[in-house]
Amino acid sequence: MYKLLLCWRYLRTRWIALASVVSVTLGVATMIVVNAVMAGFSHEMQTRIHGILSDIVFESHSLSGFQDPKWHMEEIKRAGGAAIAGMTPTVAVPAMLNFQVRGQWVTRQVMFIGIDESTHAHVSDFGGYLQHPENRKQLSFNLREGGYDTVDSQADSPGPTRPALEGAGWPYRRMRVERERLWRQRLESQQAPSAVNDEAPQNPQSQPARSVNTQVEAVLAAADAPADPATDAPASKQDPFRAVRPEEGRVMDPAQEQFTGIVPGIGLASFRDNTGVDRFLILPGDDVKVTFPTAGTPPKAVSDTFTVVDFYESKMSEYDSNFVFVPIQELQRMRGMIDPQTGIPSVNSIQIKLSPGTDLALMRDQLRKAFPAEMYLISSWRDKQGPLLMAVEMEMAVLNILLFLIIAVAGFGILAIFFMIVVEKTRDIGILKSLGASSSGVAGIFLGYGLFLGLLGAGAGLALGLAITWNINTIRAFVEWCTGQRVFDPSIYYFFKIPTIVNFYTISWIIAGAVGIAVGASVLPALRAARLHPVEALRHD
Amino acid sequence: MTRAAMNDDKQPARADREQAGRECDEHGNAAPIPLLSVRKLRKNYRSGGGLLEVLRGVDFDLDQSGFVAIVGQSGSGKSTLLHLMGLLDEPDSGEVYLSGTRIDNLPAHHRDRLRNTDIGMVFQSYHLLPELNALENVLAPLMVRYGVFEWMRRKTEARSRARTLLERFGLGARLHHKPRQLSGGEMQRVAIARALVSQPRVLLADEPTGNLDEASGAEILDTICELNREDGLSIVLVTHDSAIARRADRIVRLAAGHVEKV
Repeated sequence: MYKLLLCWRYLRTRWIALASVVSVTLGVATMIVVNAVMAGFSHEMQTRIHGILSDIVFESHSLSGFQDPKWHMEEIKRAGGAAIAGMTPTVAVPAMLNFQVRGQWVTRQVMFIGIDESTHAHVSDFGGYLQHPENRKQLSFNLREGGYDTVDSQADSPGPTRPALEGAGWPYRRMRVERERLWRQRLESQQAPSAVNDEAPQNPQSQPARSVNTQVEAVLAAADAPADPATDAPASKQDPFRAVRPEEGRVMDPAQEQFTGIVPGIGLASFRDNTGVDRFLILPGDDVKVTFPTAGTPPKAVSDTFTVVDFYESKMSEYDSNFVFVPIQELQRMRGMIDPQTGIPSVNSIQIKLSPGTDLALMRDQLRKAFPAEMYLISSWRDKQGPLLMAVEMEMAVLNILLFLIIAVAGFGILAIFFMIVVEKTRDIGILKSLGASSSGVAGIFLGYGLFLGLLGAGAGLALGLAITWNINTIRAFVEWCTGQRVFDPSIYYFFKIPTIVNFYTISWIIAGAVGIAVGASVLPALRAARLHPVEALRHD
Repeated sequence: MTRAAMNDDKQPARADREQAGRECDEHGNAAPIPLLSVRKLRKNYRSGGGLLEVLRGVDFDLDQSGFVAIVGQSGSGKSTLLHLMGLLDEPDSGEVYLSGTRIDNLPAHHRDRLRNTDIGMVFQSYHLLPELNALENVLAPLMVRYGVFEWMRRKTEARSRARTLLERFGLGARLHHKPRQLSGGEMQRVAIARALVSQPRVLLADEPTGNLDEASGAEILDTICELNREDGLSIVLVTHDSAIARRADRIVRLAAGHVEKV
């Protein structure tokens, strides 16, 4: 009983010991925060990667792909059995994306991916990354009549708005076409007088732009409802963007029709300014040109015009600024991947989704056995991002070791302070022994004291760590407000908030480690106290 | 002789008891076994390179309800003798008996137990625990004795006993004062109350008045005499002051590590 009482009294009267508690507290809090943030990042990254990639990817080594995806899918189904929950074929080729921004042609190197719009969303989280609510339910490569999200649907709280997406879709396309028509008209009407004055075409460049806007608004106000094709018909004749579909052999009306729809990554079409608002270079409704190689040897470059119908935003900038999705049949047709005689198409890869609870590596190995490795490359999503995932895990392990050393340093602080307290309390130890306290009892006081300090420090650290973790975004905002520096730049990470995951298993290990170190550090002082000779202890001043 | 004593150390307790009984028989006394006795007690301290012989074979008896004063000059070994009797230290040779049972060679936890239950000690500089108040200091031996659960059960009883003791010594109003808020005399009375709370068989007092002014010292001495007279408590009092020693039934004078006069 005296042990408890004395532990408690020492704790209450020895403020110096509380100093060592503070170091334990800070160490534990830091570990909890760092682990939570790292786990949050890691989890976010893994879900992102896994959301983009299907469970298992079945690819050919060749850019031309393999023939007959249907047969392959049946074979995969036979090899995998019930574990195969879904499959979709894809064609992926490197390509160049070209689009015009204020008269300048912008070219981006992209991965052009042909997907099956009906099944692709079933094997990965693809559908969830689109910007139109209807497309999220079921992707359509037809341009929508407005209704794109102006608020990021994946952010938990209303993040920065995307006002540019307000009118995207058909209304934007019609306005754009109308504006171009009016601009062309104005330019042509000024062409005649400009024969006298050369500067005329350049001079009114900024002025008409404003007046054109007002004219466009007037036109749109008049025809806010679906545009009347009859009134637009003459205008389309002068449309500079008109393109001729070779197979149709007729002039298309860009205000009424669209080219083949594509879904580019949002990183290709926009950038985030430093207030966190997304600025768009192109919008759904704009037309872009894509150049890509045909199948066969040697590959030839072919180009076609496409209409942007939505944006893909996986929040992994690597993918968001690289992927462009297109209907697989169109891509197969344009690349010449459909056998003209039999009509059997070829594909590059088959994305496989496994039923929940299937062992990823086991199923991959099973499929690898069933198909020759010379022909097919079969890998799980983890294999695809293996080095990245490994690096993150390694980073976490090293950080944990380093941070644990902080607590170990706190342990040495406890050791030093306890030695001091034992020396200070030598006479009391003698008194206790003269009253019949055993050596183990005296050691127990200091071990218990260490345990108390450890628990107190770890408890306070837990509270502090959780408080910081749960409010980390508020703290970040505050730090940014104080320093005026961006601590966490959403344009780099593509999430608005610092993600955190509090893992109670990790926390219990941290707490156990901290308490263990505190108790461990008090072992030596406790032994010293236990070994004190009572007579000498009593004589001690 | 040292070797013989060392051999004795190894003998089982039963033989010790027989031996103690025999010794009494040899004296031819029909009187009961002395409460506390030491035989041929030797104690050396190593200081620097040399060996300091503090006790060189001390024999000494304390009868039941006896009051013995041990006097001697500084360094005569009287405190060492008291520590050996109180089991705070181990003799180099010789034996200590409590009611005829040899106690100096018991295992450590037995000696701890005896110190806690059968021996009460009072020191010159009080030796109260500064973190505890007067009442808690008095309760300390009982807290040492009981585990948490037993303490919970006996708390009320223990507290009332401690309170009664403190009230008896005139400290009823100072129960919750810390040692530093008490005067020397009061601290020593708390220390005496602490020594008595476990109802020991013998009280060992090491210069209990040494740090006190005359009046307080006299009060403490009166208290100790009263405990001996009225409660029949056996007391060993160590002092260098022969005036104080005269209050005892018997005086033992230590000089050069020997008992000079009984």
